[in-house]
Amino acid sequence: MAVVFKKTKGLTDAQTHYCPGCTHGIVHRLVGEVLEELGVLDKAIGVAPVGCSVLAYKYFNCDMHEAAHGRAPAVATGIKRVRPDNFVFTYQGDGDLASIGTAEIVHAAHRGEKISTIFINNAIYGMTGGQMAPTTLVGQKATTAPNGRDEAHCGKPIKMSELLATIDGAKFVERVTVTTPANVRKAKKAIKECFKLQLEGKGFGIVEVLSTCPTNWGYTPQEALKWLEENMIPYYPLGNFRKPEEVE
Amino acid sequence: MEERITIAGFGGQGVMAIGQLLTYAGMIEDKNVSWLPSYGPEMRGGTANCGVTISSEDVGSPVVVDASTAIVMNKPSLDKFEPTIVEGGKLFINSSLIDQKAERDDIEVYYIPANEIAEELGNMKVANMVILGAYLEVAKPVKVESILEGFTKVFGEKKAKLIPINKKALEKGAEVVRKQMAATV
Amino acid sequence: MAKVLMKGNEAIGAAAMEAGCKYFFGYPITPQSELPEYMSRELPKAGGIFLQAESELAAINMVYGAAGSGVRVMTSSSSPGISLKQEGISYIAGAELPCLIVNIMRGGPGLGSIQPSQTDYFQATRGGGNGDYRLVVLAPANVQELVDLIIEGFDIADQYRNPVMILGDGMIGQMMEPVEFKAPKKRELPEKDWATTGTGGKRKPNIINSLYLQPEDLEEHNIRLQQKYNDIKKNEIKVESYNLEEADVVIAAYGTTSRIAKTAISQLEKEGYKVGLIRPITLWPYPYDEFEKINDNCKGILTVEMNSGQMLDDVKIAVKGKYPVYFHSRTGGMIPTPNEIIEKVKKIYGGEI
Repeated sequence: MAVVFKKTKGLTDAQTHYCPGCTHGIVHRLVGEVLEELGVLDKAIGVAPVGCSVLAYKYFNCDMHEAAHGRAPAVATGIKRVRPDNFVFTYQGDGDLASIGTAEIVHAAHRGEKISTIFINNAIYGMTGGQMAPTTLVGQKATTAPNGRDEAHCGKPIKMSELLATIDGAKFVERVTVTTPANVRKAKKAIKECFKLQLEGKGFGIVEVLSTCPTNWGYTPQEALKWLEENMIPYYPLGNFRKPEEVE
Repeated sequence: MEERITIAGFGGQGVMAIGQLLTYAGMIEDKNVSWLPSYGPEMRGGTANCGVTISSEDVGSPVVVDASTAIVMNKPSLDKFEPTIVEGGKLFINSSLIDQKAERDDIEVYYIPANEIAEELGNMKVANMVILGAYLEVAKPVKVESILEGFTKVFGEKKAKLIPINKKALEKGAEVVRKQMAATV
Repeated sequence: MAKVLMKGNEAIGAAAMEAGCKYFFGYPITPQSELPEYMSRELPKAGGIFLQAESELAAINMVYGAAGSGVRVMTSSSSPGISLKQEGISYIAGAELPCLIVNIMRGGPGLGSIQPSQTDYFQATRGGGNGDYRLVVLAPANVQELVDLIIEGFDIADQYRNPVMILGDGMIGQMMEPVEFKAPKKRELPEKDWATTGTGGKRKPNIINSLYLQPEDLEEHNIRLQQKYNDIKKNEIKVESYNLEEADVVIAAYGTTSRIAKTAISQLEKEGYKVGLIRPITLWPYPYDEFEKINDNCKGILTVEMNSGQMLDDVKIAVKGKYPVYFHSRTGGMIPTPNEIIEKVKKIYGGEI
């Protein structure tokens, strides 16, 4: 019997801890598939810092390195600098990358570290229970913003892709989402392009994935996808912000 | 035998350098040596100093608090370090830049017009070597040859061409101090 | 190899390279900046990598990554910078990775000063980061010993898969003394088969990790760590001592302060006083047992430190109340003088304190 579909070798058989309807699972699968399709699983080293993806070291079927909150780009820098022939990626959430780890991501991009970053933006702190993130939308409720994010009090949400696209060392910056099969295909294409960039030794690449957090948002998975499309995409427009040829 | 020397002056007068030369020379002669600089903002435009210990025993404290010799290249250094010299110790004053006399009478004091001699030799930068020459002549902590042997180690091979003028500066300093020694005896 | 005259900070770099360390991640801070400067000059020549990180936080996490990848790697800083590194140090200890961390201490708290101090003793020996972990803490007293301990420190780190800290001060970093590079005693070093190097398709993935969400697992991990620390206590204590059998007063001091104590002791000996010395070289593990060698008639132990009394606690633990413990302190970048110590010893002799 012909095999028409099977699980990627890029993921282990471990059952994930992610909540039902959370889009982390889809992104994991895409990353795993791309690693496998590019043939780099054997030389891949992933870095998973604190956040919902803290246990990602159990799920990706390659060497994995835990990192402290926000520090994945620094850890990945250490690995890539001593093992330039390996493929090194980080998998970070928005609290991690856009708040506590802004210095690390900005400077890794600035140095043009030849690493690839998957950035999950779900506009909330998931792991710690729904606190406000730097990416939480104005008016969006969170456990530390019970009346919704107040712009006068804590500013507008930060747009990391736009910010990183201003940095010369960042050679690939794209924002995608995984709300529909078409979007999932686009996301995979972006991840592949981003990863290839590292293999070609061109510099730093990042793919921001707008994601859902049904549990902390307080929606069903379907409602969450709808909320993302109606609220997040207008503020965080999808698309490519930087390709290598634009930089040169 | 233990010599504990404080060398002090403005930044740029080469006080750190002659300290290092002494230390290197001591090492070449298989003595125990240590060189400790002052460091930090005081070095930027202010006074710089270093302490050198040359000893036949292990060097204990590397901090020179009770100097057997002080070499002072400017007035603030004289004010600061004259009181730290042990009784019977030696003080070398750069009389080109310091027009005041030492206050203590329980130490040997030598007045060396280091800048003027350096100027006569045609290179203002060797004033430090002039006063070092005077010190070597009086205290003989290490041989002049050892100082010259250490020269390229401290200043780099590229500066080897400057050895002759530095040697001359050491000799001039020795000559000046010999006259003073003869006068005091 | 012939002796060379080197500044402490540069000697650290040369010794690390001698030990096969080819990777350095750091951030500038006085009084240790000559070390990253040296590494930025010398490492590329040897095919290594020097990288100036955006912060101490990033630097220690780069070390974490590099150590996890199985190479000899180091970082250095001075007190306030070491405080920033504590997060990464805790992770490195938790994930059991070998690396070398140099702290050239300056005065504190806060920004303090840039002059020498020993005020980070607690932070170094008790664990400045979170969790029950220990660093092997080595306290050199001269530049030769600094070099020897750096070279051996990398071996200790590899043997036990544990971070090693060199605890010096601004004085040892800045001073120049003759050094010779000697091979350390031979150790059986385990292979780094745990490192993240890519599976190469030949093994299961390696995971560098300090997270154990199940309490049973984390307890087991901690018990194993403690067993390792006990092995280190058994095997790695280093201490210099003398005159303990006949001394009337014993001075306890480490690092550069111990040299000032030695100068005081030889002066006191000339005057007929019998003074001993205990100089811990490993601050952790601490040489508690050495204090058992002190004779019963000793009048007291004088601890001398450039802080307000930190090793003092370990001395008190060591003597178990058997002798009075006195303390002489200078802080803020002030350095104790031999005369101050001599006076204190004479007062102990005279029963004045």
